[in-house]
Amino acid sequence: MYRYDDFDRQLVLERTEQFREQVKRRLAGDITEEQFRPLRLMNGVYLQLHAYMLRVAVPYGTLRADQLRQLGMIARVYDKGYGHFTTRQNIQYNWPKLDEIPDALLDLAKVEMHAIQTSGNCIRNTTTDQYAGAAADEIEDPRPYCELIRQWSTFHPEFTYLPRKFKIAVTGSPNDRAAVKVHDIGLRMHQNEAGETGFEVLVGGGLGRTPFVGKTIRDFIGKNDLFSYLEAILRVYNRFGRRDNKYKARIKILVHEEGIDKIRELVEEEWSQIKDGSLRVDDAEIAHYIEQFAPPAFEALSDDDADFERHKAENRRFANWVRSNVIEHKQPGYAIANVSLKPIGGIPGDATDTQMELVADLSEKYSFGDVRVTHEQNLVLPHVKKADLFAVWSELDKADLGTANLGYVTDIISCPGLDYCALATARSIPLSQRISERFGDLDRQHDIGELKIKISGCINACGHHHVGHIGILGLDKRGKEFYQITLGGDASQDASIGKIAGAGFSEAEVVDAIESLVTKYIDIRDGGERFIDTYRRVGMDPFKEVLYGDR
Amino acid sequence: MSLQVVTANRLEDGLVVFLTSDGGWSENINDARIAEDKEAANALLAEASAPELDIVIVGPYLIDVEQQGTDLVPTKYREVLRTKGPSVREDLGYQAV
Amino acid sequence: MAIVKNDSLIEQEWITVDAEGDLPSSDENIIVPLARFKEERDSLLGRNGGLGVELNPGDTPEDLAGDIDRLSIITVNFPAYTDGRGYSYGRVLRERMGFTGELRAVGDVLRDQILLMHRCGFDAYDLQVDGEVALDKVRAALKEMTVYYQPTGDGRATAQSLRERRRAALEQKAS
Repeated sequence: MYRYDDFDRQLVLERTEQFREQVKRRLAGDITEEQFRPLRLMNGVYLQLHAYMLRVAVPYGTLRADQLRQLGMIARVYDKGYGHFTTRQNIQYNWPKLDEIPDALLDLAKVEMHAIQTSGNCIRNTTTDQYAGAAADEIEDPRPYCELIRQWSTFHPEFTYLPRKFKIAVTGSPNDRAAVKVHDIGLRMHQNEAGETGFEVLVGGGLGRTPFVGKTIRDFIGKNDLFSYLEAILRVYNRFGRRDNKYKARIKILVHEEGIDKIRELVEEEWSQIKDGSLRVDDAEIAHYIEQFAPPAFEALSDDDADFERHKAENRRFANWVRSNVIEHKQPGYAIANVSLKPIGGIPGDATDTQMELVADLSEKYSFGDVRVTHEQNLVLPHVKKADLFAVWSELDKADLGTANLGYVTDIISCPGLDYCALATARSIPLSQRISERFGDLDRQHDIGELKIKISGCINACGHHHVGHIGILGLDKRGKEFYQITLGGDASQDASIGKIAGAGFSEAEVVDAIESLVTKYIDIRDGGERFIDTYRRVGMDPFKEVLYGDR
Repeated sequence: MSLQVVTANRLEDGLVVFLTSDGGWSENINDARIAEDKEAANALLAEASAPELDIVIVGPYLIDVEQQGTDLVPTKYREVLRTKGPSVREDLGYQAV
Repeated sequence: MAIVKNDSLIEQEWITVDAEGDLPSSDENIIVPLARFKEERDSLLGRNGGLGVELNPGDTPEDLAGDIDRLSIITVNFPAYTDGRGYSYGRVLRERMGFTGELRAVGDVLRDQILLMHRCGFDAYDLQVDGEVALDKVRAALKEMTVYYQPTGDGRATAQSLRERRRAALEQKAS
């Protein structure tokens, strides 16, 4: 894992001091709220419905045990004992006091963390596959490139006041777990005909009020050229992106209005002028970063472990957890263990201080001190020996972290919604809780299989509803919460934007509506089909019929 | 016109506060000064928007309320949530105390 | 209402004229908007006084390519500090077009953006505050950070270049 050197450390400390001064100037009245707002946002400080919210960056979703432990401490000392993991693989705290936030940032700096650029019209935290460096299907570990992107994008002087926020995601696997096609820039590692590994570059994907699947701007860019190419895209966007309307300011609108060919032309022209400049990264430097993410000291193990098999045979709950939450590792004898933050009826993505500390301890004991945050709001212990899985699960289970539901109908992405968020038009958490309870029975979840429900509490789509197999959007209709259902969205390599099924449902009706969709799917599915497969085969009509009948 | 009060977030800790009759800010909506007509509401908002309050509160605005027994209750569910705290954590927010 | 350049306050020696209207006498130093420069290029270049151009968001700095050495000053207007197009213009002018004259940020120029502007090639800042206050603000802003990740044309050593230098020194020592 990447460790800060003295330069990184100095930069974060200076930033912390800078923010302390900015807060001081704000409290003293030297700068107005209007002037302060973008400054606090660029340090991840929002003013929400009930209080300030501090969003802390978890670069590319990778945490060390000591970092996660510190996040737990911060939840206890500066907040009300919990934090919320987000779809950007970050964590946010709901109750910090403005005058205490500089101290919280200093405590974060002690473990090489920060809140830089977790908001604002700048380049946000780069996200990637939560199984990077562990997944059996990976072409190459994307994290060295993510770290280089992190450094390139941190305080980029030219790109701090972009037309709008800008999000980059990277996948090193053909099975896209990072939703790269719905990002401003998506990078997909693959090999060209010459056998070199590089990146396909997609641009202009995104959710929000105008969702788009990204378009390929370049089939292949070599590793050495990646950063100058990113700079070229950002410069074109900074210069030509719309600034007249906040809702038309993302790069997806520029791509949509100008056409991908025109944007490609502009970017290639820009790139041709800077590609041989100082952003070209040589092989030696890349090798240096790859070394930082070298695999941990795996033991040579047989892939079969007798105790593991015995525990599965003896303990049905453990076997269920393995079935849903444990994923194949590239190293024989090891496995990837997913820690669900979606207990039945719980708040998706929330973790208490002691839960964070427990997962930190377990990662230290069983996973080389490595923890990941997923964009689906769960945690991962990426390198667990199969022989240790039972011990890990037993500890997780005691702390309500052993729910066996990864990828199932109760593994719901949900934004904070109107329970916390100042922008929301409806609540999303209570709905996710009720759906979770409705489908809580594990046998039923197994029977339903993979089904991704994603809920947003407003049109900004932080809950990714556009790419939920079933998406739910909470709106305000004449002073009442009501919920619009979309079907057929997908965030994977087969990305698609869901279609609106029809008129929305009241808070009282919506869970029944979801259940009728699921029942219909079970009714008409072909063997082995997931919900999304069935939807793609039969289309909207059969589902529309169960929702609306003759209406 | 329904009754109105002015709400804002306190600069220092971000908590929800209401403009009181003595020109201060209270976390309790029942302390809020009530405007009964348009003119009074405008005056209330103007008072809350004074530049010198920029170091006390952030983003003042008017909300509709109604008198329910001894309590003032916002008419919009957004403001009810804002006044009480998260509905999914009744152990937290103003509702907890 | 004070201009800071190279760690000192400087006098306003330029008259900024708008898109239309009469020009001051030929001896005066003037700054004209890009559009006007393009229209009246020849007569403007024939004046006796100094000549500068003002860029506004949406302008194309590349339009000045043939005349860059004839300009003593380019001002880049930030009508709102949130409009970041001027940062790109600064880098293009300095790093691509080789502009060596004064590059002045005007408009909504605030303390917390000055370091970014400096990194993008600006060397003068027209602030809406009084002299000494302006100077203090610029000084404070420019020393807030000392570590830089991005190579720009400002001559600052990046973290990466310093790392490489250190690595090379260590390797030399080891051999």
